[in-house]
Amino acid sequence: MIKAQQKPFDEIRGMLGNAKNVLILGCGTCVTICFAGGEKEVAILASLLRMAEDIDNGDRQFREHTVKRQCEWEFLDGAAEEVKNADLVVSLACGIGVQATAQRYPDKPVVPGVNTSFLGLILEQGIWSERCVACGNCVLDKTGGICPVARCSKSLLNGPCGGSVGGKCEISPEVDCAWQLIHDKLTAAGRAEELEEITPPKDWRTSQSGGPRKIVREDLRV
Amino acid sequence: MKSGSNLEKVLAAGHFAATAELGPPKSADPAVIREKAKFLKGYVDAANITDNQTAIVRMSSVAAAYLALVEGVEPVAQMTCRDRNRIMMQSDILGMAALGIKNLLCLSGDHQTFGNHPGSKNVYDLDSIQLVQMVKNMRDDKKFQCGEAMDVEPRLFIGAAANPFADPFDFRVVRLGKKAAAGADFIQTQLVYDVDKFARWMEGVRARGLHQRVKILAGVGPIKSAGAARYMKTKVAGIDVPDEVVARMAGAAKGKAKEEGLKICVEIIQKLKSIEGVAGVHIMAIEWEEAIAEITESAGLLPRPKVDEVPAAEAPKAVS
Repeated sequence: MIKAQQKPFDEIRGMLGNAKNVLILGCGTCVTICFAGGEKEVAILASLLRMAEDIDNGDRQFREHTVKRQCEWEFLDGAAEEVKNADLVVSLACGIGVQATAQRYPDKPVVPGVNTSFLGLILEQGIWSERCVACGNCVLDKTGGICPVARCSKSLLNGPCGGSVGGKCEISPEVDCAWQLIHDKLTAAGRAEELEEITPPKDWRTSQSGGPRKIVREDLRV
Repeated sequence: MKSGSNLEKVLAAGHFAATAELGPPKSADPAVIREKAKFLKGYVDAANITDNQTAIVRMSSVAAAYLALVEGVEPVAQMTCRDRNRIMMQSDILGMAALGIKNLLCLSGDHQTFGNHPGSKNVYDLDSIQLVQMVKNMRDDKKFQCGEAMDVEPRLFIGAAANPFADPFDFRVVRLGKKAAAGADFIQTQLVYDVDKFARWMEGVRARGLHQRVKILAGVGPIKSAGAARYMKTKVAGIDVPDEVVARMAGAAKGKAKEEGLKICVEIIQKLKSIEGVAGVHIMAIEWEEAIAEITESAGLLPRPKVDEVPAAEAPKAVS
């Protein structure tokens, strides 16, 4: 799922400008799962903003609302009344939700309350890790289910560079060397000889390098 | 001859090669290259011109390589995959060949988090093995990476790196094999301080006959101080500095550490010379170019061979 982190409080407050009625708009899907922008985080952020407003003798009002998914119009439409009554929306959804809200309500300023971090999973309570960069051309069949594009710091396709030591990446002892993991996995599976084949240059057109991407499924269009 | 470079000729003639490193300055001052070149000229067969090493911005390796060439030091231009996509790589490859640069070392490159622009975006369009293959196809098939043809190919002697001290150890020989298969003509290794481990890697290299397919130059470098030895041992990923080397540096008399560092370096070169399949040494005296004269002299590497005559079997065909 999409993983996100809430922006620093002062940065969020700094985006409020002259707005008097602020809507904190949460999302009930990915950002709820990673504790960045669900109903609970909306409530906590709104409380903190109200307290800060009191301390500064401000008169801003903060309302709270969370939709099931900010990235889908039918859910977003459920927030229409709340959005209408606000001067500004702080969206705690991922970048997709922020843009969807801004597009659905084009006259309303919508600002991001979270930083969309990556596509990943939870390793243990409180720790998330990146797994996919959506390159658009999956190679996981060749790499034992471990992605070198997302998990090798250099996105290498032909094995570990000279900075792989003790299973860790040269950039940090906290980062696993993806190619050590791939090597171990394929070796254990009796597939070590596959690592001897030269993987040719990747066609990055399917990735962000090819420009903004779009999927068109004629079979599904109405 | 693939490139006709001095390094290629020296290796083809069976001499034990010696290369050094010349780091471009963090400025636009060409005088720095000229000064450093003086310390290398005549002592080595070629000098590597590093490409923004440790991701710190320096003068372009291609421009600095040309300046070295003008000074009479044959350059090995280094190129990393960190900062250029395949378009810029091929463009620089054509440019360097047009300027008369004949050796190219293809590298992954240190990650930019190590350098002075940690907020920069990296490229890694290709990896180092794909880069080697691309250069070989440009040179031997006159083909760009996209498959289009070119009129005049870049005649380059293609190098790649190997680090016998990185993990997984058993993959290190495999990776060398991939570089050889991709088209590498010569290899320069990471700094060798642990000669025993290097020798074990070379056993694996010989078992696959790779020493007959690529010329292997073992990396060596003098250590300046005990602190530098400890730093490399603990902080630099992929360099093995045995305790014994650290102890020798620490035990050097006051003011004699540099001398001890040079002595260790020369001893390592002597040991490497006796390992079957080692075709030369690559001496990395980083920001200590003046040490090259003493190291090459003490290690019995002087005078450097002058190979004007190419062995008959290797004679280049006339280029019309």
